[in-house]
Amino acid sequence: MTTLSLGGGRVIPAKYVPVLVTACLFAAMFVVGGIRYDGFASGQVVLNVFIDNAFLLVVAVGMTFVILTGGIDLSVGSVVALSTMISATLMAGPGWPPYLVVPLVLLIGSGLGLVMGYLVHAFDIQPFIVTLAGMFLARGLCYTIGTDSVPIEDPTFTAFAQTRIDLFADLWISPSVLIAAVVVLVAAYVLHYTRLGRAVYATGGSEQSALLMGLPVGRTKIAVYTISGFCSALGGVLLSFYMLSGYGLHAVGMELDAIAAVVIGGTLLTGGTGFLLGTVLGVLVLGLIQTILSFEGTLSSWWTKIFIGLLLFAFILLQRLFSARTRP
Amino acid sequence: MTDHILRMSGITKTFPGVKALQDVTLSVRRGEIHAICGENGAGKSTLMKVLSGVYPHGAYEGEIRFEGETCEFGGIRDSEHAGIVIIHQELALSPQLSIAENIFLGNERARRGFIDWNRTNFEAAQLMERVGLRENPTTVVSDIGVGKQQLVEIAKALSKEVKLLILDEPTAALNDDDSAHLLDLLRGLRDEGITCVIISHKLNEVTAIADSVTIIRDGRTIETLDMATDAVTEDRIISGMVGRALDNRYPPHEPTIGEEVLRIEDWTVYSPSQPGRKVVDGAALTLRRGEIVGLAGLMGAGRTELAMSLFGRTYGVNISGKVFKDGKPIEIRTVQDAIRHGLAYATEDRKRYGLNLIEDIKRNVSAAGLSGLSRRGWVDEHQEYAVAERFHKSMNIKAPSVSSVVGKLSGGNQQKVVLSKWILTEPDVLILDEPTRGIDVGAKYEIYTIINRLADEGRAVLVISSELPELLGLCDRIYTLSEGRITGEVPRRDATQERLMHLMTKGQE
Repeated sequence: MTTLSLGGGRVIPAKYVPVLVTACLFAAMFVVGGIRYDGFASGQVVLNVFIDNAFLLVVAVGMTFVILTGGIDLSVGSVVALSTMISATLMAGPGWPPYLVVPLVLLIGSGLGLVMGYLVHAFDIQPFIVTLAGMFLARGLCYTIGTDSVPIEDPTFTAFAQTRIDLFADLWISPSVLIAAVVVLVAAYVLHYTRLGRAVYATGGSEQSALLMGLPVGRTKIAVYTISGFCSALGGVLLSFYMLSGYGLHAVGMELDAIAAVVIGGTLLTGGTGFLLGTVLGVLVLGLIQTILSFEGTLSSWWTKIFIGLLLFAFILLQRLFSARTRP
Repeated sequence: MTDHILRMSGITKTFPGVKALQDVTLSVRRGEIHAICGENGAGKSTLMKVLSGVYPHGAYEGEIRFEGETCEFGGIRDSEHAGIVIIHQELALSPQLSIAENIFLGNERARRGFIDWNRTNFEAAQLMERVGLRENPTTVVSDIGVGKQQLVEIAKALSKEVKLLILDEPTAALNDDDSAHLLDLLRGLRDEGITCVIISHKLNEVTAIADSVTIIRDGRTIETLDMATDAVTEDRIISGMVGRALDNRYPPHEPTIGEEVLRIEDWTVYSPSQPGRKVVDGAALTLRRGEIVGLAGLMGAGRTELAMSLFGRTYGVNISGKVFKDGKPIEIRTVQDAIRHGLAYATEDRKRYGLNLIEDIKRNVSAAGLSGLSRRGWVDEHQEYAVAERFHKSMNIKAPSVSSVVGKLSGGNQQKVVLSKWILTEPDVLILDEPTRGIDVGAKYEIYTIINRLADEGRAVLVISSELPELLGLCDRIYTLSEGRITGEVPRRDATQERLMHLMTKGQE
């Protein structure tokens, strides 16, 4: 009974259940969409979801790291906006070249994350408060740079925005998707195959235990906020490819979308369990809701929020049941 | 016929697999101070929880008669209504509220639904006067010391018109002055007609204050002694507390003791929450290879604090003293340092501090020794799996696979995971804090066998335990700790429970 379950009835470990549920949900949405609407059931629809949400995916990857440690990062949306604003302004005004602007923006984003992580660790302040302050700070900085939308006319950026990478059979993606895919793969690798990744899971699982196991809890916390800051800045760069403008009102509320994607992807808000694949699926589910609504045509875009709201309820409930079962 | 305010008879309380109380009888006379003595885990606190309704009527067997009436308490509110108030060892005050607010918490002085602050503070001041607490009623509780907080608890009990006051280890966290004041206060309350039941490990206090004492051992009432007529001494109480024969619950072990591996000198640790209070005071210990050394002490003696302060300063402030490893002085500032110097510490609360319950066996086993399983930050998963499999077999961890979630294992198997985790770091010194707490008898034997094996491999093992028989059955040498000081060092052949208990209850001169 304890040994022979390898053959026919393989049991799925409980930790994979939420990811599987999300995957099934995504598949079901796709099938329903395909039945209801003409032209929905094509590979390009899925790829378009990626194209339209590449920046969100990158931001959500950073958020996954933070949430896995049991923290939260509310500053991501503002950092995205700040990144678009800095890139646009530096290229428009002094005419800095993109290969200087992009690294600078990434550096600023990571730096902001580093400072927030340090505050969380060194002064033992709740991440919610620290990153809330970071959120106001970054958003405020956008407006000190400029209150209007700044267009991006740099040829490299516009070229990037218009490039199509052709795949087989008429399918195509944008360079942003490629970048996002690389980010996801690297992040998944780091989470599952490095000591940093282990420390992230262990910190989220039980911070006290992790400390007494000699894991570098402090460094890990600082690292995840830095990673999240970097991802937000990179997300900002991708958003400027997509929008071709910098604006203080870009990405308002994106932190909540990112958190929603991570949670729908099955990562526990209390930390310790979750997978990057889940986050990817979470972003896809959010994107597919929007796609379905645009195919529907008559519904207002607020229905997106309503569906996301309902989904979040469902998933939090699922996690509750799931964690109630594992913790006696 | 004596007037008994309380009679508990035939009290039996079972937890899954354990009989915590068995046919316990307790009779308390009106207007006396009645002490309850017993070893850690003898069932004192369980008995008090039965009495105060924490375990409601129906959750136990037996009868409680209070003031001549049979009581069936459904909860703490019922028992408080009857006039029984319990003050737990961990004080139940709301730290951010004022003294007056705390005194009347849940019992507010209100008029038509609004709190009458004048009356609240006025009546609080009166109660504080009664218990000798000279503070402003509006002072926030977290701003006053533990001793005064204890008085707030008593004032709170008085506000509920208490007839029977139960104090669980009231002086465990207090310094001598505060303890003396508290004992005086209890005498005063007795003279006012309030009956007190006091649970205490400090036998000198018991003999000084109690009118009678009931001794509990292994969940049974052993005897009730009248201090006035029975000429009770501390020795008399101790022999009642420990009188129990050893059987072969411990695997035989012939130690091969080698050289000194760890020595600490003049180790002093201050409490992080109460500035100025020494939790460990000038302790000195020596551990040798192949030796199992016990550390005995009552609750609050500073055992865990000593271990944790040594293990990378995970407890305490202003830690001072010297540590020698293999004769050379070393500095241990962080847990990483401790692991690098070959120290390992398995905590007493393995669920909260020793394991990541939502992860699997494999990742828990590898957590502390990850540096040995990885190169330049990348974890070698095959090696990790192989290592986990090795421990799965050698430690006889009963789980379907190394991918089983640790939270679902039994206590004994969880402890084996904790031990595996530390063995992987190749420690020279293992500090095991309550290694068999919450583990059933069969698994305990396995854990003892593992501990013996660790010693035979040339490691030094320091076992901290509240169970004296365990220390006597397992250790080659036993240190006793009392109020932060090492009060004795007893080799196995000279060690008896009575002798250890004497040393453990020895107060500071």
